[in-house]
Amino acid sequence: MVMEKKIRKALRRINVAKITQAVKKLFIEANTMLGDDVVCALKSALPREESATGKQVLEKIIENASIACRSIMPICQDTGLAVLFVEVGQDIHIVGGDLRTAIEEGVRQSYADGFLRKSVCDPLTRKNTGDNTPAIIHIDIVAGDRLKIIAMPKGGGSENVSAAKMLTPAVGIEGIKKFVLETVDQAGANPCPPIIVGIGIGGSLEQACIMAKKALLRPVGEQNRIDERVEQIEKELYQRINKLGIGPAGLGGRVTALAVNVEMMPCHIASLPVAVNIQCHVARHKETIL
Amino acid sequence: MIGVNKEINMGTERKIHTPLTEEVIATLHAGDMVMLSGEVYTARDVAHRRLHEALLKGEKLPIDLQGAVIFYAAPTPTPPNRIIGSIGPTTSYRMDAFTPKLLEQGLKGMIGKGNRLPEVVEAIKKYKSVYFGSIGGIAALTAKCVIEAEIVAYEDLGPEAIRKLTIVDMPVIVINDTEGHDLYAEEQNKWRIIT
Repeated sequence: MVMEKKIRKALRRINVAKITQAVKKLFIEANTMLGDDVVCALKSALPREESATGKQVLEKIIENASIACRSIMPICQDTGLAVLFVEVGQDIHIVGGDLRTAIEEGVRQSYADGFLRKSVCDPLTRKNTGDNTPAIIHIDIVAGDRLKIIAMPKGGGSENVSAAKMLTPAVGIEGIKKFVLETVDQAGANPCPPIIVGIGIGGSLEQACIMAKKALLRPVGEQNRIDERVEQIEKELYQRINKLGIGPAGLGGRVTALAVNVEMMPCHIASLPVAVNIQCHVARHKETIL
Repeated sequence: MIGVNKEINMGTERKIHTPLTEEVIATLHAGDMVMLSGEVYTARDVAHRRLHEALLKGEKLPIDLQGAVIFYAAPTPTPPNRIIGSIGPTTSYRMDAFTPKLLEQGLKGMIGKGNRLPEVVEAIKKYKSVYFGSIGGIAALTAKCVIEAEIVAYEDLGPEAIRKLTIVDMPVIVINDTEGHDLYAEEQNKWRIIT
């Protein structure tokens, strides 16, 4: 009895209504307010861009972000597939309903009330689901009694040119770089450069993809500080991608990528999984902790 | 360094009005900056499939393609007291499978982003038409060029429905012209540093 009481006391209760409300707010904010890190990166890219057209494109991108924020309009008409990363503290008790339903409801309300485009359809009939659900929800159980929600509207154009490949261990680090460069080069103007390149190395097929997507959540300009080798890969790929000549809007120039973010983990002795997740310049994500 | 002195025809913006004629199109060259005004239709993935299927069946199209310009776009919903939500180009290559047939039927211009398949570049040349590039991801800004918008076909497609937009001075750039040029490839090659 005493023990039971203790447990009950230790669990922090969160009502699902709060989660729905938070998700709704996050997707509207993410779609209308570009992060300061992205705006800063765009502004600091201006002097680096030697192409006059490229400069003009960057200026328009910056101007658009400011108009969108001021008039609460979506930065881009592609308000994305609703991707979420949710970290649930193990000392939380979710009450009033279930977590996934609450999140889906938040997405539904956000896209309806926020005048965001519903861009989800049946893969075969191509019929729109009408409310931008289902969302893509990644849930992790973590230590503590907090609930962290990261909302990431992901556009289709940049997702379409992303790729994952199971390389052979024999190709090594050079093989990884080659695959990334080929993927970015082939993407060209399609993903709305300047892009952010998220890369996952190692794990399994799906884990590499998740790492690549999570790498896109890192503030632009921050390097991987966990592994010096990874930092080196990021620096080299950033240099080489910006020599491809693709430039802003793909009209030629020096600024093709604003950042290259790599996450890495061990993998099977037989494998070398690599995933490249490309993000357009409208790099949107907002988070909150309940 | 390659390319530094070679620029796209900056500062030579031309004002052009739809519908497009072959005479006007003949004067457009890859790299020309154009301020486009007049009526354009929005149509993307599913709308293209439907238009294409209708043509194969010999049915009458719900829109008149003669001299028409299609904008590969689907806007966000229109909030109260606004003409349209945010709007901008989607990636064009997904429409490539349907494009030559539409060009054959009189379509003259397309607005999108990203490169086209060689057969589309060839069809643009053959049918004396033009592909304009527009900057992606600046949809709040582009929406300011739209002064009228109405759904004219395939309303059941929601955001993908065909809309007739009246635009004023929408900035676009000629990517593929009647001479077979491809601005993306040409500009990117100029700035590429092979190491």
